[in-house]
Amino acid sequence: MPKLKRHTMETLLARGVRLDGRRLDEVRRIEIVPGYVEKAEGSALVRLGHTVVLAGVKTDIVAPFPDTPNDGVLVVHAEFVPLASPTFEPGPPDENAIELARVIDRSLREIRAVALDKLVLEPGKHVWRVFVDIYVLNHDGNLFDASMLASMAALMVTRLPKPVKTDNGYRVDRTKYTMLLPINHRVVSVTLAKISGKLIVDPTYEEEQVADTRLVIAVSDDGRIAGMQKTGMGSLSYNEVLNAVSIALNKAKTYLSVLEETVTPYRAKLEEELAKISEEGQEEQPPLIPKREHLETETIEQGEVVEEAAEGESEKVE
Amino acid sequence: MGGTGAEKPVLIRWEEREGVKTPVRIDGRLPEQLRPIRIEVGVLGNADGSALVEYGATRVLAAVYGPREAVPRHVALPDRAIIRCRYHMAPFSTEERKTPAPTRREVELSKVIREALESVVLTEMYPRTSIDVYMEVLQSDGGTRTAAITAASLALADAGIAMRDLVAGVAVGKVDGILVLDINEVEDNYAEADMPVAMAPSLDKVLLLQLNGVLSHDEFIKALELARKGILEIYKLQKEALRKKYVEVETSVTG
Repeated sequence: MPKLKRHTMETLLARGVRLDGRRLDEVRRIEIVPGYVEKAEGSALVRLGHTVVLAGVKTDIVAPFPDTPNDGVLVVHAEFVPLASPTFEPGPPDENAIELARVIDRSLREIRAVALDKLVLEPGKHVWRVFVDIYVLNHDGNLFDASMLASMAALMVTRLPKPVKTDNGYRVDRTKYTMLLPINHRVVSVTLAKISGKLIVDPTYEEEQVADTRLVIAVSDDGRIAGMQKTGMGSLSYNEVLNAVSIALNKAKTYLSVLEETVTPYRAKLEEELAKISEEGQEEQPPLIPKREHLETETIEQGEVVEEAAEGESEKVE
Repeated sequence: MGGTGAEKPVLIRWEEREGVKTPVRIDGRLPEQLRPIRIEVGVLGNADGSALVEYGATRVLAAVYGPREAVPRHVALPDRAIIRCRYHMAPFSTEERKTPAPTRREVELSKVIREALESVVLTEMYPRTSIDVYMEVLQSDGGTRTAAITAASLALADAGIAMRDLVAGVAVGKVDGILVLDINEVEDNYAEADMPVAMAPSLDKVLLLQLNGVLSHDEFIKALELARKGILEIYKLQKEALRKKYVEVETSVTG
């Protein structure tokens, strides 16, 4: 990054303003499109400013892990596909993609965001395995928060297909859906970056390049801390850590309310459709595919969005 | 965490101690008590710096090679050294044999440890070189990444690499609702939370912070304070171990 730009950014920050006009604790415009991939059991496209992340959920039936015979299996995987950024290269996930997936996995797993105990067909033998695959499509910073939102939204709109008993287990009939994925908690993450001593929320790619370090804090809908990760070189003072956690617990409400406003109604609609189908009888059930009207973009404004940020490039994925 | 198939053991017993009901942990420690810590510096002949660190049964060996020519050449930076880290667990270090191939966990931990060390090493003093830090977990009983970073910073110091401070790490856990210092493996298996922290104690800087599990805001504040307390104790032991080595060198020279 050019020194001049770095200088401008730091001077602005000292005055409490950011390069794109945001306040230090202001998140960018968030847009969530639930059910973006109809073939997936659940999916969501998230735009956080110019950052675009798509998460898809697929399921199958497997034997559980021997140490958790009464739990389904949750797998989180992230791909930084090369079309998303000039800094991404083809190949297996690098340490950044692995770290991202593992932090999201832990934040969902430890608080039992997904009710894995309700995903058991036969204890110790057959359980659902839920794959969350995170696809970063455009990298403009804060991949953690965008990926967490996309994963959570995708899980919230995931429908389980019909399990069909066979001689030696189960197969999955993907033309029929039986239930929504049971969710205990909604979890979001709030990433703070430290630039010349200031803590900022939701850093852009440019801000991340300048930042000393970042702290990712996962927060659940009941206001508890569900996970944490310091990422990137550099350090935070003891008090900065305490400060960051307070900010995150507060800012999480912004993300949670977006989930509530865009994804919860969509989940309710899916639930309604499932109920209708089960009344009509199982046999001639049509495949439950979200109608196009659900896919209308729903946008929520987060405070004032600066003009240039709003027009910007049009890296829309549709 | 996630538990194991076996029945959950009693992790916290309440005992009468000097007339006060006190929580006692499965290995007999009090909640704010570290395991016996043993530190030895300069244990390997070939490495430029090395250290062996034990937190109870957890045993980690760290070695530093460098600053040396960066290979391949294109990874070298014109204005500073690069640090490369490998945190690795020996196949025999765990209950079940661990595959020797690097797992996703090891890739992640190598990354966060590297990032922690990068902020204390004066890399700008060694441009165009690489400093390679290898950490091998010989025996795992919880807290391996924090023992590894404690060992790595000692190995760097032993190699004579300029640093702003040593780094000490410890994990704080929440076990049966009680915050405990320096969590061991059994506790970790059933813990509600495991929070590894590493700091540069003299600079009061947090270099590594992860939370695996769930804590309330208040619990987090207490857990971080507890971690700092443990880190300061370990820091003292680190400095003693470094000094001890140079006293030995001195006596061997002067007789």
